[in-house]
Amino acid sequence: MKFGIVTFPGSNCDYDTYHAVVDALGEEATYLWHKEHDLRGSDVVILPGGFSYGDYLRAGAIARFSPIMREVAAHAERGAPVLAICNGFQIACEAGMLPGALLRNASLRFVCEAVRLRVENADTQFTNRYDRGQLVTVPIAHGDGRYTADDETLARIEGEGRVVFRYVGGPGDADEWWSPNGSMNAIAGIVNAAGNVLGMMPHPERAVDDLLGSSDGMGIFESILSRVAA
Amino acid sequence: MTPLPRPGDPTITPALIAEHGLTIEEYQRVEQMLGRAPTFTELGVVSALWSEHCSYKHSRPLLRRLPTKAPYVLQGPGENAGVIAIGDGLAVAFKIESHNHPSAVEPYQGAATGVGGILRDVFTMGARPIALLNSLRFGSLDSPRVRYLFAGVVKGIGDYGNCVGVPTVGGEVAFDEAYEGNPLVNAMCVGVLHEKDLIRAVAQGVGNPIIAVGARTGRDGIHGASFASADLSEENEAKRPQVQVGDPFTEKLLLEASLELIHSGAIVAIQDMGAAGLTSSSAEMAARGDVGITIDVTKVPLRERGMTPYEILLSESQERMLVVARKGREREVAAILEKWDLTASVIGEVIAEPVYRVTEGDRVVAEFPGTKLITDCPTYTPDAREDPTITALRARDVGSIPERREEADPLWTLEQVITSPTIASKMWVYRQYDHTVRTNTVIGPGGDAAVVRIRDTRRALALKTDGNGRYCYLDARIGARIAVAEAARNVACTGARPLAITNNLNFGNPRRPEVYFQLREATAGMAEACEQLGTPVTGGNVSLYNESPASAVYPTPVIGMVGLIDDLDSITRSHFSTEGDTIVLLGTPTAELGGSEYLARVHHLVAGAPPNCDLKGERDLIEAVLASIEAGVVRSAHDSSDGGLAVALAECCIIDRGRPLGARIDLSSFAALPMRALLFGEAQARIIISTPDPTALREVATRHGVTSTTIGTVASADDPLEIRVGDRTLTASLPWLDRLYFETIPDIMTKSAAAVVTAATESPV
Repeated sequence: MKFGIVTFPGSNCDYDTYHAVVDALGEEATYLWHKEHDLRGSDVVILPGGFSYGDYLRAGAIARFSPIMREVAAHAERGAPVLAICNGFQIACEAGMLPGALLRNASLRFVCEAVRLRVENADTQFTNRYDRGQLVTVPIAHGDGRYTADDETLARIEGEGRVVFRYVGGPGDADEWWSPNGSMNAIAGIVNAAGNVLGMMPHPERAVDDLLGSSDGMGIFESILSRVAA
Repeated sequence: MTPLPRPGDPTITPALIAEHGLTIEEYQRVEQMLGRAPTFTELGVVSALWSEHCSYKHSRPLLRRLPTKAPYVLQGPGENAGVIAIGDGLAVAFKIESHNHPSAVEPYQGAATGVGGILRDVFTMGARPIALLNSLRFGSLDSPRVRYLFAGVVKGIGDYGNCVGVPTVGGEVAFDEAYEGNPLVNAMCVGVLHEKDLIRAVAQGVGNPIIAVGARTGRDGIHGASFASADLSEENEAKRPQVQVGDPFTEKLLLEASLELIHSGAIVAIQDMGAAGLTSSSAEMAARGDVGITIDVTKVPLRERGMTPYEILLSESQERMLVVARKGREREVAAILEKWDLTASVIGEVIAEPVYRVTEGDRVVAEFPGTKLITDCPTYTPDAREDPTITALRARDVGSIPERREEADPLWTLEQVITSPTIASKMWVYRQYDHTVRTNTVIGPGGDAAVVRIRDTRRALALKTDGNGRYCYLDARIGARIAVAEAARNVACTGARPLAITNNLNFGNPRRPEVYFQLREATAGMAEACEQLGTPVTGGNVSLYNESPASAVYPTPVIGMVGLIDDLDSITRSHFSTEGDTIVLLGTPTAELGGSEYLARVHHLVAGAPPNCDLKGERDLIEAVLASIEAGVVRSAHDSSDGGLAVALAECCIIDRGRPLGARIDLSSFAALPMRALLFGEAQARIIISTPDPTALREVATRHGVTSTTIGTVASADDPLEIRVGDRTLTASLPWLDRLYFETIPDIMTKSAAAVVTAATESPV
């Protein structure tokens, strides 16, 4: 399977994502330059983390207008998988591929740490290798990760099981909602209505090697593989 | 060609010369070098290049004493960064630099641009930056102004590195009133390259074009180098325009474009336009190549109209590089820069005539013979004399200071020491730094040293910054030795062999004999330690004039150490990991208390002699630890230093925050020592090891001539840390330790939310 990893000029997790796909998953990956209009035959598109165009205005606000995003949107509309991580999640929201928005963290500070997530829906093409309710450890690193949506949207995505990952744990109870950035309902990741676009603030590509603390993120890449291969 | 004054140039008067930071003797030297009076533009150029910051005029004679050679040193001091070989054709480029003065005035941008500058120093050697570290000093957190500086500096460092995508993996922060008006902000960058890609900033090849790359030149930062070369004064706030503004997004583009340029072979040399901007980058590259150079300032892309040659030459606008391309390959260079949406303009060329010439169109505005601008700068060896009050402080018998009544309970004392912001966890700080990007960080901030693996190899680097202003204040020579030894020890605890250092000398005004004395002693102590421990100095930075109206800072040499781990399996962490392991202390506790955190915190006293530093003992200890790790008998290793043995043991129990373990410790075999010295004294050359095989471990230690003592056992997560000394026992529960250690700084900073908000609203650009 071929993974296309979009490189915006300020992407900085494209390299990590590439290595997660190639080294840990053992699949093919290619970088997709933001000025191009060609997905180079990618089966899966990844919008990686970083600061696409500096993000001084608003994270992802400029990236949605870049040439490659037209192809990414068309790819998604065809029902093909898009994994949008961190800055990629912000861009996907700005581009209207996912509902809601990611605002400045409630603390007003950047936050980098390993967090615990609960898999809320294990029936998506990104999570079928996990069990529902499974706790996984994945790092976060962002300044604008506070998931926000209007009441109606929030009720809809909750009702349709589209909240895929939730932050839990924290200093106290391991299973309690606990948001490191002030996200509504401690939301860490959601899918679109068709279920083929996953946006998440945590970085699964940073959790593919026990040497670095966790390999819990592998489940996402393996899920994509098993679903698309099937 | 003789340059002519431009219309509107001010007349050069003694006052103008003084304003440019030059002495009358230095000015006369310029006249002699030129055989005439300089123009205003030339005066500006000389003032920047002969500033302390660019010329090292007070430190160069001292720096010559530092060892700089080893078989694996590929590039020593004098380049953008030092470079060492680590095997398999790979090399590491690294350097530390200060941004103290800008950060004192504008903490967010001052710190951010410090990170930007050090990144450029590393990638202009052809290296991909893989890690950032820092070393920070602030006044007491009781002061709202200090909390504002602290929050702003941390946010500035974080925002810049996070955006560029280079992990900030380690550092150190200490707080002391001595830094109240003049914080220290030192940033270190480490990069990896293939030896064959190593490029030096040496201009070569007559006819080769000189190209300005990156951001446009504006009026910001003019005379930043001179600003950094004078004491901070009440007029600091008025100097805000001398602080530059950072743009990490452009930096990221520059980073990628520069590495592509270097790999393309289309360029000869590349250098950051850092301190003193275009002036220093062009003059330094020409001097290294011993070639002539000519630059036309009208070709430099500008951000605003009406800038004079003087301003263009001295601007310190950020994210700019100067490139010497190969003649005929300009289009290749332009194509790479265009890909990254960066501007590039040919602004001059390398010439055969031995001259440094600046023109404004056809008019020559500055011209210096040969490379004299760099080589003719005077050096000074001022008077050195120790301040007698420091001699007296050091001589004080601190062991005889009576204990406070509360000290009858050692738990009280432990609480005082562990809640010192200098000792307490800096998680509040490093949570704001992306330390996991690039997915190579094996050990991030919070341990003894950071460990970053080198992809596609079995190797890893161990990185650490270390400094101790208080020891250096009391005895600069011993303090500097300890800084090197402690950095080496920290690196060794992770399983790495210490290889080389970069240093940052943060001192006061060298024209004061007592400051110059400290600088001289510290350099000597550093040289001794580097010789003994086999860690040459490959470059660094000198920051003098760190004084505010209140006082000079403590003399603070900061060491940035690089160590090499040959096999990922050797990586060793600092916390206890396995219940039932035996705890062994390598090294010996002493009765020393001088310069300790205990004295500062409990008795509000900075006095006594700092702990003894036996360099041979340190070397033996490092060898013993490395041999034990290689023998596979070390489960954890943690250096015991600031705060003493009790703090180090507490850290072993709790620093892996999700998985704390208790310990049962018995120090009765040292009961002859005063309890407070045993628990809180900072005797050097000590490491706490947990091991499944104490017999084998102690055998290795003995073989290396290192004293070892079995002091206890790792207990369960439900047990406390219990330390017995004879019939006295200190029992500290893990949740209690956790709260004190991890919540001290967040508590202080939440109380001052206003300061945090102020800093947070200042976004980049």
